[in-house]
Amino acid sequence: MANTTPAFRYTERDLARFRETQQLAYHCAEQVAAWIEPGVTERQATAELRRCLVAAGVEDFFHVPFAWFGDRTAFRHFHTPLQFFAGNRRLEEGMPYVLDCAPVVDGYTADIGYGGKVGENRIWDRLAADLKVYRELILAEVRARKPLDEVYAAVDAQLAAHGYDNRHQVYPGRVIGHQVTRTVTRGPAGVNVFGFGVRTLQTLGRELISERLHGRSPLWADGRSSRHAPTPGLWAVEPHIGFRGVGIKFEELLVVTEDDAYWLDDDLPHVRRWTTDATTEQTAATEPSATAPHAADPTATAPTALEATR
Amino acid sequence: MTPPTTPPTTPPTTPRTSRRTVHSGGLPLAVFEQGDPEAPTVLLVHGYPDTHAVWDDIAADLARDHHVVRYDVRGAGESGVPADRDGYRLEHLAEDLFAVADAVSPDRPVHLVAHDWGSIQSWEAVTAPGAERRIASYTTMSGPSLDHMGYWLRHRLRRPTPRHLGQLLHQGLHSWYITAFHLPYLAPGVWRLGLARAWPRVLRGLEHVTPRADHPQRSLRRDAVRGIELYRANFRPTMGSPRERPTEVPVQLITLTRDRYVGTYLSEGLERWAPKLTRRTLHAGHWSALLEKGATVAGMVREFTARNEPGSADAAAGGAPALDDGRLVVVTGGGSGIGRATALAFAEEGARVVVCDLDLAAAERTAELASLIGPAAHAYRVDVSDGAAVDAFAQTVAAEHGVPDVVVNNAGIGHSGTFLQTTEKEWQRVLDVNLWGVIHGCRAFGTLMADRGQGGHIVNVSSAAAYLPSKALTAYATSKAAVFMLSDCLRAEFVGHGIGVSTICPGIVNTNITRTSTFSATSSAEQAAKQARAAKLYARRGFPPEKVATAILAAVRTGKAVVPVTPEAKAARLLSRLSPGLLRLAARLNIT
Repeated sequence: MANTTPAFRYTERDLARFRETQQLAYHCAEQVAAWIEPGVTERQATAELRRCLVAAGVEDFFHVPFAWFGDRTAFRHFHTPLQFFAGNRRLEEGMPYVLDCAPVVDGYTADIGYGGKVGENRIWDRLAADLKVYRELILAEVRARKPLDEVYAAVDAQLAAHGYDNRHQVYPGRVIGHQVTRTVTRGPAGVNVFGFGVRTLQTLGRELISERLHGRSPLWADGRSSRHAPTPGLWAVEPHIGFRGVGIKFEELLVVTEDDAYWLDDDLPHVRRWTTDATTEQTAATEPSATAPHAADPTATAPTALEATR
Repeated sequence: MTPPTTPPTTPPTTPRTSRRTVHSGGLPLAVFEQGDPEAPTVLLVHGYPDTHAVWDDIAADLARDHHVVRYDVRGAGESGVPADRDGYRLEHLAEDLFAVADAVSPDRPVHLVAHDWGSIQSWEAVTAPGAERRIASYTTMSGPSLDHMGYWLRHRLRRPTPRHLGQLLHQGLHSWYITAFHLPYLAPGVWRLGLARAWPRVLRGLEHVTPRADHPQRSLRRDAVRGIELYRANFRPTMGSPRERPTEVPVQLITLTRDRYVGTYLSEGLERWAPKLTRRTLHAGHWSALLEKGATVAGMVREFTARNEPGSADAAAGGAPALDDGRLVVVTGGGSGIGRATALAFAEEGARVVVCDLDLAAAERTAELASLIGPAAHAYRVDVSDGAAVDAFAQTVAAEHGVPDVVVNNAGIGHSGTFLQTTEKEWQRVLDVNLWGVIHGCRAFGTLMADRGQGGHIVNVSSAAAYLPSKALTAYATSKAAVFMLSDCLRAEFVGHGIGVSTICPGIVNTNITRTSTFSATSSAEQAAKQARAAKLYARRGFPPEKVATAILAAVRTGKAVVPVTPEAKAARLLSRLSPGLLRLAARLNIT
């Protein structure tokens, strides 16, 4: 178990810079989402995402931008890590997609995931609404200072109750999240090895070693190395859930201090979507409707406790 | 020629049958119409050695809400007779079909329903390029496409696995008459010399068809002799060099379980040619389907035409959730694990699913997910160990959704403990759920299925523990072994009702059974620790319940009796038969 709890080392100014970078990343993802249409390939989408980020002043990437279309959003039939890279899959009507990018500005890193769909997709709608439960569950568990592997297990239990699959276990190391720090290295910017920036690898390597010495890991998974209380700092948390051929995720920065935790920013596309969904559902609920008993969405109105403990 | 007779079974409200003649390829075809001409048109094509009269019951039923059209195919009944064998080729028969469709419904595509040779020639029309513009849907019984058959044969000859060879042998033995029909003089002679006169007796004895005044038709001897040319003109040329014939037309395949002439496995892989395929099963023989179960067939046709009428809600939905394939599936313990995965897999195939569970919220969640990928699903709270509750559940299902076609008795609980540790109460709980739950399910739903008389399938989820003794699983293994034997006995009884019974032995599958398992002689803290340990072991094994669901669907499709699923369950089954003594020794190991 961890013997020393490191102090939270970021100033308000640092946090503001992280928040800015995250806003910038989500802003670019939204721009690409507005531009995207049937016929576009994954490669074209990542190129557009990169172009957009560079135009906004991004100089390096924690990892190269990713885009997954169709059942690739749920990582179906993924056997090698190379399959994470954008391919020639073309977007079709009704397909879900996920954009994932990690820009670095002045050493401040953001790592975001953005899920979307083109046209109608009922499964995606359901998943997108349920994703809210995971954001609240993770925060509540981390606030209770549960060991990270137990938080991971709680997410798994919620996935089982929902009837979804854990798709973050497909990521290298089965990670649901990883620590993010301010990179202060001198490696060449914009150069990547296996999709990760050289500076990222330097920082990550150093973190892995130093955290290891304290019995902690900068990677958050379900194994022994995550059997420690949440380390103060910034964590990019990326629950990725799937059902059949549809996957969705969010990824955003969680601020963990010595005794508390909070999401760095609540003004994000998925959070705004839940808020608007909740208001429209409430207005709809006031009218008598003859829809199926399942149409009432418990997650939208009665948010956390019930769902999270199921 | 005799004038067409109005079927005696026709209800008084149905308009009379009217006759007209359509010319195709220089031959006059006798066409019979009934029902509202504005309603969707259903075109019924008869087989050999029948005429349009074989459809009497079904036509009368469908005429209530359809424009029903039948015709005598060339060479049969009142239609013209081709001059030579070449006139019986499939392309001419398909031209006839389109000619009739154009004459009776020039502006709207027709719904095609065909049987036997009518089905073979209809396939020719359905697989013609652009057929989807003229044919809205196709319901086929007992007549595969000869081109598809050609590929079916080739595939099996190229991969002569024991199973494939068995199928070839079986179909060969049941196709003897096709060979006989190719011999000169023999078949016509037999028909002329008395088979035609004996035909009613043949139908009664072999096909269980009740004799009736208007059947077979008076022209039977003539029809039967001429129709032999259908075989001679088409079998060898088409099957010898089959053409690739896919179709975009939605196809409903009604498999007749007691068909003596067309094996059920002939349709294996049909999805390759007809991607919009709906499979249904009718517990009937080759002719009894039309002559005894007309109302059932008409019901299936009605559902299918309604779904495929242009502009109908289902046709407009355009694919996202699977279309209703007409099956109703009940899954007990459907709130999690194997039950949920099975319910979802059936829903994905287009079955309407009803799940029950002790945990209503979990069952409702399954129903919600199932409704996302398939037809609307429903959830109920049922304690399967309560016989009265299961009976009430079965009655509710029958009243609100119909008699199920498949019932999966899946609900079960885990329990670990040696015999001396296990209390009477624990024994009762395990047997109540694991054994009595299955008994109640089989009794309540088996009765419904047998009474309906259309067959069905019961899946009982047993366990590898049924044949893998262990001193640590006494109560659990006993309950599962009982389910195993129950299924074996039930199978023998239900085969007469056309109800299949499959026993599934999953093995170690990553589900929440470990989280609800109980352990004898442990404190609650120890129990929680043991549950966690078991859960971890099962998670590490990592065999997903979805794979068990796939195995269950395959068992229902093929009627397989006993299905061990995981490799360890298969290995244990093999060992239990090769060397049960070894397993008895292994049972002494302490595994908890």
